[in-house]
Amino acid sequence: MVSRATRSPFASWWWTVDRLTLAAIITLMLGGIVLSLAASPPVATRIGLDPFYFVGRHIMYLIPALVLMLAVSLLSPRLIRRSALVVFAISFVLVIMTQFYGAEVKGAHRWIIIAGVNIQPSEFLKPAFVILVAWLFAESAKKPDVPANTIALALLVASVVALVMQPDFGQTMLISLVWGALFFMAGMRMVWVVGLTGVASFGLFSAYYFVPYIARRIKRFLDPASGDTFQIDNSLESFMRGGWFGRGPGEGTVKRILPDSHADFVFAVAAEEFGIVLCLVLVALFAFIVLRALTNAMRNEDPFARFATAGLAILFGAQSAINMSVNLALIPAKGMTLPFISYGGSSMISLAYGMGMLLALMRERPSAEGMASQQRIATAGIPA
Amino acid sequence: MTDHNPDASAEMPLAPRTPPQALHRRSVQAILYGRGVDRAKKAKARLGLAILAFSIVYLIIGGRLVLYALTPEGPVAQRRVSGDAVATSRPDILDRRGEVLATDVMTPSLFAEPRRIIDSDEAAELLTAVMPDLDHSDLRERLGSRRGFVWLKREISAKQQTEVHHLGVPGLGFLTENKRVYPNGPEVSHVIGHVNVDNQGTAGIEKWLDSTGLADLHRAGFASDRDQKPVQLSIDLRVQHALRDELVAAHRKFKTIAAAGIVLDVRTGEVVAMVSLPDYDSNNPREANDPTKFNRLTTGIFEMGSTFKAITLGMGLDSGKMNLATTFDARLPLRYGRFKISDYHAQNRVLSIPEIFTYSSNIGAARVALKLGVEEHKSFLRKLGQLDRLRTELPESREPQVPKRWGELNTVTIAFGHGLSVAPLQAVMGVAALLNGGKLIPPTFLKRSEQEANALAKQVVKPETSVQMRYLMRLNAEKGSAGKADVKGYYVGGKTGTAEKVVNGRYSKTKLMTDFMAVLPSDDPRYLVLIMLDEPQIIPETKGFATASWNAAPTAANVISRIGPLLGLVPRFDLPTADRQILASSKPTR
Repeated sequence: MVSRATRSPFASWWWTVDRLTLAAIITLMLGGIVLSLAASPPVATRIGLDPFYFVGRHIMYLIPALVLMLAVSLLSPRLIRRSALVVFAISFVLVIMTQFYGAEVKGAHRWIIIAGVNIQPSEFLKPAFVILVAWLFAESAKKPDVPANTIALALLVASVVALVMQPDFGQTMLISLVWGALFFMAGMRMVWVVGLTGVASFGLFSAYYFVPYIARRIKRFLDPASGDTFQIDNSLESFMRGGWFGRGPGEGTVKRILPDSHADFVFAVAAEEFGIVLCLVLVALFAFIVLRALTNAMRNEDPFARFATAGLAILFGAQSAINMSVNLALIPAKGMTLPFISYGGSSMISLAYGMGMLLALMRERPSAEGMASQQRIATAGIPA
Repeated sequence: MTDHNPDASAEMPLAPRTPPQALHRRSVQAILYGRGVDRAKKAKARLGLAILAFSIVYLIIGGRLVLYALTPEGPVAQRRVSGDAVATSRPDILDRRGEVLATDVMTPSLFAEPRRIIDSDEAAELLTAVMPDLDHSDLRERLGSRRGFVWLKREISAKQQTEVHHLGVPGLGFLTENKRVYPNGPEVSHVIGHVNVDNQGTAGIEKWLDSTGLADLHRAGFASDRDQKPVQLSIDLRVQHALRDELVAAHRKFKTIAAAGIVLDVRTGEVVAMVSLPDYDSNNPREANDPTKFNRLTTGIFEMGSTFKAITLGMGLDSGKMNLATTFDARLPLRYGRFKISDYHAQNRVLSIPEIFTYSSNIGAARVALKLGVEEHKSFLRKLGQLDRLRTELPESREPQVPKRWGELNTVTIAFGHGLSVAPLQAVMGVAALLNGGKLIPPTFLKRSEQEANALAKQVVKPETSVQMRYLMRLNAEKGSAGKADVKGYYVGGKTGTAEKVVNGRYSKTKLMTDFMAVLPSDDPRYLVLIMLDEPQIIPETKGFATASWNAAPTAANVISRIGPLLGLVPRFDLPTADRQILASSKPTR
C-alpha cells in the first residue's frame, strides 16, 4: 500500500488522482479487449486476414495508450496547456497534409503514413483543441485585454475548415459542439446562445443540401423505407436477438454481416453476444466518467481546469452517446467510434491522451487562491 | 503564445491608463457576456445544465436498451427475410440452337403467420404428418410464438405444397422463390458467368444482362414474372462441349497450367465456342474466386508469339510495298543494340515472304516490319484493334499492354509477337479480319446475322491481301509447322506460335506459352480456331519438344475433326495445293 506519509511523486499522484474515474477507464479498456474478441474476427476473415489480427492490434495499441494516459495524468495544468499547444500545432499541420499526401479511403483523406504508421491526425487534434479553447475562455474571464475570444473563434474556424476539407463531418460536429458548450459555460449571454444555435442549424442544413450522403442518411432515418437500411436493421436485430443476457460469446451471427462490426457497431455486437445487461453496464461506465468529471468541474475553482475538464468530458461523452444512439437507431447514421471499445489505433492513443489530461485536471490540488500565492512565492525569487 | 504571468494579471486591472485597445476588448466582452455578471457563478450553473443534459441522454440510451431487451425478436428481422424473397426472375439464356444454358427454377417455400393460427398444437400435428422431417417440438414452439412471420421450410416440392394446402390450416402460406440453375455446370461458365444469392448477375453474360436494364426492372418491382424474352447466345453448346472435352484432354496430357480455346465465325464475328481451363461451375459461384480460374481469353493478356507474324505479313502485303515474291535477308541474326534476334528454324539464307511464314522466321518478320517503319506498324495494329481495349458483352476485359515508348526495337519484337500483350480474343479478331476478306468485325457472344455483322464491319485490308493471307495459312499446313493440324477434308490452314514466358523479368527458355490459330476451310474461310496451352510439358510423344506444333497444333486437329461436322462443313477431298486452289482461282479478280 502506498503510504500517505511519504511525498514520493507516485504517492502524491496516487492520493490526489480520482481513483474511481481511473478504475472506470481501465475497466472500459479491458472490456474493449473482450468485445474486440467478439467483434473483429468476422471482419478480419472477411478481408482475408488472420481472425485475431485486429484483436492483436487492439491489445498492441492499448499498452502504449495506458502508459501515455498515466504519464499525462502526472502533468501540471501549465504543462498540459503547453503540450496541448504543441500537439495542436503538429496535428493541425498533419490534417492539412492529409489533403496532399494522405491516401483516399472511402472518398475521404483522413489518414497519413508517418514512419510506416498509419495515423489519423484529426483524432489528436480534438483533445488538444479542447484544452486550448478552455484556456482561451478562462483567460477571457480573467484578462479582458487579451483577444482571447477572437483567437478562440479563429481556432474553431481554422479547425472546421481543415476537417471539412477532408471531409470529416463527424469530427467537425464534435469540436463545434464542444466549442459551443465551452463558450456557453464561459457565460455567454442568452442572445448568443440563440444565435449560435441558429448558426449550427444553418451548418446542418447546408450539409443536408450540399453533401448528398448526409441528406440520404437523414432521409433514411426519417423514413426507413426510402433506402437501404441494412446496417441499422442488422444492428437492431442484434439488440433483439441478444435479449437480457445475450447469446453467449462467439454465438453472434449478425456480426458476420455487419460491415463495421469492429468499429462503429461494436455496441450492437456486444448486445447480441453479451446481452443488454452488459450494454447497460457500458452505458453506466460512460455516464459515470462523464458525470463525475462534470461534477468535479463544477466544484473546481480554477477557471482553466474547470473548462478543460468540462470540455474533455463533453468530448468523451458526446462521442460515446452519438455512437450508442446510432447503434440504437435513435439518431441518423454517423460514423463515430465508441471510446476505448471500438478498434482504431489513432483513436485509442488520442483518447488515452485526452483521458490522461482529464485525470490530471481532476486531481485534488490546493485551491486556486492558494496556488496563485504559492506560485508567486515560487516565482518571486526568479528575476523577470 | 506563452503562459500568462500571474503578476501581470493581478496588476493589469489596476493600471492607471487603460489603452484604447483594451477598452475595445472590454466592450466586446460586455457584448458577449453581459456587464457586471459573476461569470464563475454562471459557469457553475451552466455546468449543472450540462450534467442534466448528459444524464437525460444516457437515460434515453439506457431506456431504449431496456425496451429492446423486452421486445422479442421482432419486425425488423421479418422485414428483411421477406424482402429477400421477392422473386427476382431472370430471362433464360439459350445457345444458338435453343438449348437452355441458364434458367430460373421456381420453388415454393412454406411460411406461417403464428398470430393468425388458431390452434398451434393441431397445426403442428398436421404438418408433421405431411412433412415428417420437420422437428415437432420446434415447430410447435414456432407456431405458438406471437410473431407475425416465420419460415417453416424453404424450397419444398410441389407435392408437399399440395398436401399442405389440403390440410386447410389457416395462417400457413407459400412464397415462390427463384433459383438460378445452370444445367450444363462448368461447360459454358466463363461466358455466362453467374449470379449471387439475390439472383443478380455478378459476372459474364449474367452481369451484362443486369447492365442492360434488368436490374432497373427489378428495382422497380417488375420483372418478377417469367414473361421475359430469352437471350440467345452465339455459343453452340455442341461445339463448346467438343472444344472443352479436347482441351481437358490436352490439359491433362501436356500437364499444362491452363488451356484455352476459341471458335470464331469469321463472317459474323460470333464466338461459337469459348473455353478457358481451369474453369468453374456456375452453379457454385464461390469457385470463381479462385485466382487461377479467370477467363484467359478476355481477361488475360498474352504475348501471342509467332501467330502475330500473320498480322505482320498481312501488313506488309497490304502496304503495296512488297508482294509474295519479295525477299528479305535472313542470313545472319539481326543485331539490335545488345539484342540479337535469331531464328528457331534458322535457314541462314535469303527468304521470300511465304518462306518467312512457313519457317516462322523472326528475322524475316522483323525486317518486314522495319521496312514499313514504326509509325506504319503502330497505325496498322491500331486499325486492327490490337492496341485498344476490346469490349464485348462480357464485362470482364483488360487493356492490352502496349509499350509506352515505342522505338524500332519494339517494332522488331512485336513483329514476331513479343513485347505486346493482347487479349487472345483480340488477336483472333485481328487475324479473322485478315482472312475474311479484310473486314474487322467486333466479336460478339450474342447471335448475329451476316447482315448485322457487315453493318458493323470496317474494311481494314484489301480483299487481295486477304486472299494472299489465306494462301500463306494453307501453305503452312502443307509445308510448314501447321502440318499436324491438317485434318483431311477441311482444307485447314494455320499458324503456330510459341512465346517464351517472362519469369522474373526475363524470357524463360523452358516456360512456354504455345498457341495455334487454324482457319477452315482456307480457300473460303468460315471459322477460326484458337488453341492456347500455358506451359505444356515435354512428353515422350513430343520427342523432346514443347513448341506449339507438338502440342497446340495436334490439339487443334482433334478439335477440328470433331467440330467440322457439327458446324456443317462438308468435307472435300483431293483438293489441289494452295497455290492453285487459292491464288490461281482468285487471279482473274486481281
